[in-house]
Amino acid sequence: MNDEIRQRRWTFLKQMMLIRRFEEAVATAGAEKAFPGHYHLYIGQEATGVGAMAALGPSDKIATTHRNHGHVLARGADPEACLAEIMGRANGINRGRGGTIHLCDPELGFLQTSGVVGSVVGLAAGGGYACKLKGDGSLTAAFFGDGALEEGIAFECLNIAALWGLPVIFICENNSADALGMAKGGYPTLVHAANDLRSIPGSLGIEAIRVDGTEVEEVHRVVAHAAAHCRAGKGPLFIETVTRRWAGSAPLWPELATGITDIGMATGRTKIDDGPHSYWYRHNDPVLKLARQILQDDHSARMQIELLDEQTQAHMRAVVERVHQSPYPELATATDFVFAQGAA
Amino acid sequence: MPHQKTYAAAFVDALLDSMSDDRMVTLIGSAPLGLGPERHLTEELRHQYPDRVLDPPTAEGGVASVGAGAAMAGARPFVDLLTGSFVYLAWTQIVNEAANGHYMSGGKLQVPVTYHCLEGVRGAGAPQHSQSPHAMLWNAPGVEIVIPSMASDVYGLIRTAIASPNPTMIFSHAKILGIESDVPPSRTPIPFGKADIKRHGRDVTIVALSICVHHALAAAVELAEEGIEAEVIDPRTLVPFDEETILASVKRTGRLVIADEVPQRASAASEIAATIAERGFDYLKAPISRVTRPDTPIPFSPALEQSLIPSARKIAEASRALCMYRNQ
Repeated sequence: MNDEIRQRRWTFLKQMMLIRRFEEAVATAGAEKAFPGHYHLYIGQEATGVGAMAALGPSDKIATTHRNHGHVLARGADPEACLAEIMGRANGINRGRGGTIHLCDPELGFLQTSGVVGSVVGLAAGGGYACKLKGDGSLTAAFFGDGALEEGIAFECLNIAALWGLPVIFICENNSADALGMAKGGYPTLVHAANDLRSIPGSLGIEAIRVDGTEVEEVHRVVAHAAAHCRAGKGPLFIETVTRRWAGSAPLWPELATGITDIGMATGRTKIDDGPHSYWYRHNDPVLKLARQILQDDHSARMQIELLDEQTQAHMRAVVERVHQSPYPELATATDFVFAQGAA
Repeated sequence: MPHQKTYAAAFVDALLDSMSDDRMVTLIGSAPLGLGPERHLTEELRHQYPDRVLDPPTAEGGVASVGAGAAMAGARPFVDLLTGSFVYLAWTQIVNEAANGHYMSGGKLQVPVTYHCLEGVRGAGAPQHSQSPHAMLWNAPGVEIVIPSMASDVYGLIRTAIASPNPTMIFSHAKILGIESDVPPSRTPIPFGKADIKRHGRDVTIVALSICVHHALAAAVELAEEGIEAEVIDPRTLVPFDEETILASVKRTGRLVIADEVPQRASAASEIAATIAERGFDYLKAPISRVTRPDTPIPFSPALEQSLIPSARKIAEASRALCMYRNQ
């Protein structure tokens, strides 16, 4: 293994840990009723967001969905601005207008973050159209769940992307195998007639690849391949990442079914018992998985992993503290931003 | 010197000039002039910009979504959604995606997409091809709404729509494309939110939208022969809306008729009536009168169809009735 891959693994671990600790902080704040409304966590999908984002360039565009926290953080957004948005504060990344479902930062290349799941596929096709028009080699990546493919707009826009050869990477994070789904043996999804989601883009001639969404290196490799495919003018590509989200799909106010992540389960400090979550700890948790891979390559990394985790947790504690103290938007500004002013 | 042009010709001029000025302007939907005799005019667009005129699949929602996403990513698409009745298929993409983009990003995102459709009772359209969504859209904050009535306005309004940083919906009535009117010698954008007084008068204010402007002007000629001088105002844009010009007119005339070719309940006429009633009640010498369609789908049979829609005669009758109010 060369140094570049070693270095990249550390970068991935750092980002994935940040997302994990961030989501745990969101769940904790949610349980404390520190913010209103329902919300969706990314726990268990970190390898997909982090691996995919690392394969994109700075001028690429991104469209994402209600389960966006991991994507926005993986792209480099400030966790404090993200948490402040989720808690409706004035210093939120969208000034408190979007909340958990609509975190986005156009300066980082994000288009709209839509809560209408199929729309993400359509807006991403539009992003790809703009990229092609610009002719600067940029592309658009869409992140959406398997549920997006239940809406007609997704089919319409996959068709347009294929017809017009648009540079779009459609990344379907198939997370239907959640806690509930796995218990019922349900896969790929309980509410889709297609047994293999790849057959949907496949019917339109779009190359479709399935990848283990808990393997960050694998996701990175496949998305990098797709990016090269798009940049070469070969049109769109569809990637299904098979993820094992924890906290489940059913609850709108997710519970941390596995509790706060114990990185000791990767480093050997903590014994994994034979409880109901043991399989997930051993095989599906992408953070633990990556930490184990790093350790396998270098047994002396144990201290470094635990230190990284402590630093991440301390960072998040400080973020939470500051966000709790940050103000809500001024009421007089509630009608600001209906229209953009002046020339774009 | 002003010269005459059709609405359709001025419409195409605006697209040609916009595409010439900015290579990010493209036309998605190659038949914005529909199936009528003016349709050949769009050939010039295809001829001059073969790579920037696209024929999409029959997928109104998809096309609207692609337009919104492209605008979010820096393009300036002019998206034709064909018949107004089909805009409902694209509704969530317009009102839930494009319209909300700037707001829910906290002002960070701009969505400079322009949508267009041919709306209205076009003749033998039957219920599914006769609809006018402009009033429904007026209930969706975040979209600019443009409703040109004449060649003299359509050029300047389209130029402003395409240059706008916001999503804009342009409604052309299917029956006005071939109507000629004077166009100004210089091609300049028309700012949104400025109503145009199409005819000055002292006795009654007629606020008319789209094709109803033509009916109102015909009614005004008829009324003038009877000694009633009607002022005809064309708001030109519903968002932003020029309340001041209408209020000032009603202050002078004391009477208001509003003509809008949509079902009366929650029509644009209803909203204008409510606004003037709230802000200009003291100016009124008579109740406000709305000339609209009944709350019924549009029938196919020509005689039935004609009986339901606003006309010069209905507008003249409503104006007369207001002038007679309390004189009876």
